[in-house]
Amino acid sequence: MYAWIFRHLPGPLWARIIIALLLILLASYLLMEYVFPHFAHYSPFNTDVTIGN
Amino acid sequence: MAQPSNTPQGGQPLRLAAHILGEILLTLGFILLLFVGWQLWWTNLEADANQAQALESFSQELPAPSPEAPDYDPLNPSVTASPSYGQVYGAVYIPRLGENYARPLAEGVGSDVLDTLGLGHYPQSQNPGQYGNLALAGHRQTNGAVLDQIDSLQTGDKIYIRTAEGYYTYTVYQSSIVLPHQVEVIAPNPDQPDQPLEEANRRLLTLTSCHPRYGDTERYIVHAEFSSWQPNQAGPPQEITHLIP
Repeated sequence: MYAWIFRHLPGPLWARIIIALLLILLASYLLMEYVFPHFAHYSPFNTDVTIGN
Repeated sequence: MAQPSNTPQGGQPLRLAAHILGEILLTLGFILLLFVGWQLWWTNLEADANQAQALESFSQELPAPSPEAPDYDPLNPSVTASPSYGQVYGAVYIPRLGENYARPLAEGVGSDVLDTLGLGHYPQSQNPGQYGNLALAGHRQTNGAVLDQIDSLQTGDKIYIRTAEGYYTYTVYQSSIVLPHQVEVIAPNPDQPDQPLEEANRRLLTLTSCHPRYGDTERYIVHAEFSSWQPNQAGPPQEITHLIP
């Protein structure tokens, strides 16, 4: 899939590398902003800090 | 143009399946790493920005120091009333945790408060300046990591709390590690958990956070006792002057 996407990006090689990196950054941002907050509950780091609750 | 040799060809279903599975696993691995990075880094950036903003809007409403400060008794503080859930009503300064350490104090210990606003006040505990126990909770990791260095607090360290009623200075006298169900540490008198609030004769402050770092099987507890108080008009205590706008 990734090879297919890379082959279908427009422009010369350097442009495709830059576009690919931008796509990865965009996907990461969308994950962090909209997806991960719904799963924070399951994270081992997001720990309970209160007593007795 | 020749196909790269690792591209699946027709008639090789097994190879195609392995290729797809490989990409899925790589993607999942990347997402998991990103999730860890998000938890330990991004949530701190977001919470720090949130908390800085909350502190700023809180401080703006407070009376500035004035040369005609009213007479006051440092050992007889006026008590701050607790506000409604989720409201920021104070600032906490702990020089041991950083020269510029300043975090908002908000009402409640639900994750919505602790994840965005900093230190949360247990609603069933007492208020700043009141006899009994002012109990606060804060994250050790993630979401601002407000009490990351809680284990560095030592006996004699000062904890300053500023509210609309003034500056309260508490002095650390004990640290301990307890189990999550040991609610006596936030009782009005942790040494005698059965003592009713009316008989409490010390003004205490208790910080709770998780322990160990990156885990929550235990709780790290710091107890401090009230030392002094001064109204906002009298200006901040010497040690935190540089933090007051």
